[in-house]
Amino acid sequence: MRKLPPLQIGVVAVLALAAAACSNNSASEPTTKGSAPAAEAKPLAGVSIEVAAKWTGDEQASFEKVLKAFEEKTGAKVTYASTGEDTGAYLGPRIQGGNPPDVAILPQPGLVQQYADQNALKPLSSEVLAQIDQNYTPYWKELGSAGGQVYGVLVKAAHKSLIWYRQSAFDDAGAQEATTWDDLIGKTAQTLADSGTAPFALCAASGWTLTDLFENVYLSSAGPENYDKLAKHEIPWTDPSVTAALEKMAQIFGKKDFMLGGSSGALQTDFPTCVTQVYGQKKAAMVIEADFVAASVGQSGAQVGEEAKIMPFPKAGDTAPVVLGGDVGVVMKDSTGAQALLEFLASKEGGEVWAKQPGYLSPNRNVSPENYPNELTKQLAETIISAGEAVRYDMSDLAPSAFGGTDGKGEWKHLQDFLRNPSDIKGIQQKLEADAAKAYKK
Amino acid sequence: MTERLDGPQAPGGDELAAGASPGPAETEPDVARPPATDTNTDTSTDTDADTATDPTDTDTGTAIATDPRPGATGTATAPRPATGHTAATRLSPSPKIAVFFLLPALLLLAAWVIYPIIYSIFRSLFDAAGDRFVGLKNYAAIISDPSMLATLWHNAIWVAMAPLIVTVLGLIFAVMTERIRWATAFKLILFMPMAVSLLAAGVIFRLVYEQDPDKGVANAVITTVHDTFSSSQGYPGARPRENDQAPVVLKNGDVVTRQPVQPGQQVLIPLVGLKPDAVEKATPAKAAGAGGLSGTVWLDVVRGGGGTVNQIDGTEKGLAGITVEAVAGGQVKATTETAADGTFYFSGLSAGSYDVRLPQSNFEAAFNGITWLGPTLITLAIIGAYIWVWAGFAMVLIAAGLSAIPRDALEAARIDGATEWQVFRRITVPLLSPVLLVVFVTMVINVLKVFDLVFIIAPGSVQPQANVIALEMWRVSFGGGGNQGMGSALAIFLLVLVLPFMIFNIRRFRRDER
Repeated sequence: MRKLPPLQIGVVAVLALAAAACSNNSASEPTTKGSAPAAEAKPLAGVSIEVAAKWTGDEQASFEKVLKAFEEKTGAKVTYASTGEDTGAYLGPRIQGGNPPDVAILPQPGLVQQYADQNALKPLSSEVLAQIDQNYTPYWKELGSAGGQVYGVLVKAAHKSLIWYRQSAFDDAGAQEATTWDDLIGKTAQTLADSGTAPFALCAASGWTLTDLFENVYLSSAGPENYDKLAKHEIPWTDPSVTAALEKMAQIFGKKDFMLGGSSGALQTDFPTCVTQVYGQKKAAMVIEADFVAASVGQSGAQVGEEAKIMPFPKAGDTAPVVLGGDVGVVMKDSTGAQALLEFLASKEGGEVWAKQPGYLSPNRNVSPENYPNELTKQLAETIISAGEAVRYDMSDLAPSAFGGTDGKGEWKHLQDFLRNPSDIKGIQQKLEADAAKAYKK
Repeated sequence: MTERLDGPQAPGGDELAAGASPGPAETEPDVARPPATDTNTDTSTDTDADTATDPTDTDTGTAIATDPRPGATGTATAPRPATGHTAATRLSPSPKIAVFFLLPALLLLAAWVIYPIIYSIFRSLFDAAGDRFVGLKNYAAIISDPSMLATLWHNAIWVAMAPLIVTVLGLIFAVMTERIRWATAFKLILFMPMAVSLLAAGVIFRLVYEQDPDKGVANAVITTVHDTFSSSQGYPGARPRENDQAPVVLKNGDVVTRQPVQPGQQVLIPLVGLKPDAVEKATPAKAAGAGGLSGTVWLDVVRGGGGTVNQIDGTEKGLAGITVEAVAGGQVKATTETAADGTFYFSGLSAGSYDVRLPQSNFEAAFNGITWLGPTLITLAIIGAYIWVWAGFAMVLIAAGLSAIPRDALEAARIDGATEWQVFRRITVPLLSPVLLVVFVTMVINVLKVFDLVFIIAPGSVQPQANVIALEMWRVSFGGGGNQGMGSALAIFLLVLVLPFMIFNIRRFRRDER
């Protein structure tokens, strides 16, 4: 883009104007804050930092409490800017206009690579790196890196290796939690189906729910090494390990009785309608999705922990799968304040302030589960800590978004087609490989 | 209302920009005549209100005000230099002032219409990152990629169906409303969907087309109609257990005993897959008494689990009213029905071995409506929503045209003995044809750029089967694809498709003026 100067000028001018309008308060803050009385004791007194993230509502309130703790500790003044759902669309113009926020929280690690290529990120300082080394496994360090340089750190996690179930459905059928995939299919699901309740409500109209399911089965059956290779497309999608995972998924997809409304019904159901089908309409027993299902459970009128319970995703192989999604913090401007804020967010101290807020899960292994406000989150945090080195990031979010993140394309489309016709595993693998080859080549 | 104007907006605006600037100059020779001042005030209000209102002026049928200008442009520009200087007494402001007033509109048009078009053409020749020149490769991809071809095909279906249906429905409504008493109320109701944004209309129809008849109106209507004529009374979903110990198995949808049985034997047919709650009021199952070939069909599920599999436990309920057949050598030898406690008896069977069969008809699923949002019907379903939105609009335009038809022509035909159909076919439609054509062509333009309805109504899993060019363009450039080179190529491709229709429409307006 940058090599098209003559026509770009107009655009840049307009965008710069828009960006200037966006960043109204950051410029004027230092002067007012500079004369704060506590300035001597605090290292960052008078420094103002702008941080942009996608959170709104409760999530924003929780995050602002963490920022407040940081302000009290350092004396810096932090302003929060909400990027809205599409973080890329918010940051892109600000980067082009030369006025990015000091710190941005990116919803996908893929953006780290993209912005690093545009030279829009600053390498993390040694203090932040020290925190990362102390609190995170090397996998996360690599995830926030681009071209050998560490740019980002995962500050908030979403736990995607869960199965939510409805207690009353399990009670009626006499079904039990499963710890292995074979038990899940052969006992739990079969018992539920025999008792007349559809075991699974799949939200297959939202393609990402199917990629999440695949990732759990694959991580569990093929192991973390293969998972990393497939995520980088170092092994093709036609690999036998993929076949094995898809065959396991076909054990659900191939049985009409196992899905509410059969495959046709599942393919018309989007997230979070499937959650409503389980907890609101009480038509199905289980929904395979992440911790954020809790919000929709509440809206359906069920109590998390009573009627709505979770079981860890059962082992489909040797590994107990823990797949995380989450948000990566990066520094976009050279400033001491920005590095200090990220250091705080990556630290045990900052993580524990955040952990006390509802709706937050830390990927930081040194944040003690005791800090979480409810049992459910504690349980989740424990699975992350106990999985240790085997924890992995959501594969489809690591893939180029044309393959792993677009409605009606790539992985989303082919897994939906697989659900429609679960007998043709080889054909699906070839199509996945063809699209992956195209997307990764770029 | 503004939606409709999106299509022709760009060239309309251009036309205005090109035509409007010589406008004041052109009026100078005619200074003395009152219409000149009219044109002038018209121009200045346009400028004041900026471009936002300009396109509206061009299209809303006030073509009278704007179109003479472009029409006259060609002739007026030539003599302008001479006349502009010679006019000694002008009532209108000088060209400089006129240009001054027009400048903001021109600048905005240039920034928002002309520059983006040129830049899109330019950008479409580059790759995703924007720094490698790829020539026409992006365009080649549009016509070679199979999923893209499918997208073009969906647009073709849209263009072939939607404008025609909308126009015909609009015509029917317009002619009908002429003759009914509460015409205004009727028109108002039909026109109302226009007041709903397309996004909201999409959300509404997503619900209308919901598969579950409890939620989706379309299927609620269809299942209600269907059930009045034939209702299912069996046990949909009931089936044998799927393991080797089950005494019955599923064969081509029928439930059949695994081993042949002889008269004198008592057959156990345990079924599962129904909620115990569904047969809560049924009589508990009993073992059949001896005598002849007998047995029990019951729901072998205990609430809360437990119970002995394949054995009649105390609380398990019998399934009443199930048709049971005794089959030997492929021939049905006897048929009976289960009693309230699930027992059945065949009397008078000759000795020999039989298969006991529960035919599929016992278990047929209740009719669950049509899968509107499935891959086969999705485009048609969305077109249905589109028609709901636009038919009222077409009706209003056509009704306006209808009221302008000279009544004497119709009456003359009637006096000459023409039937109503002949009057409609030979007089009304031909006289209306200019309006019909305008509505039709406007709809074609509108349909080519359809986006929101498809985006909202089609579930993610059938987006490939519903995809259209405008949606693909957005998806490729912003919705995850990140390839703005390809997106620009699609945008230009769409523009090229729309252009002939817009030129046709503009020409038509101009000809009508003459």
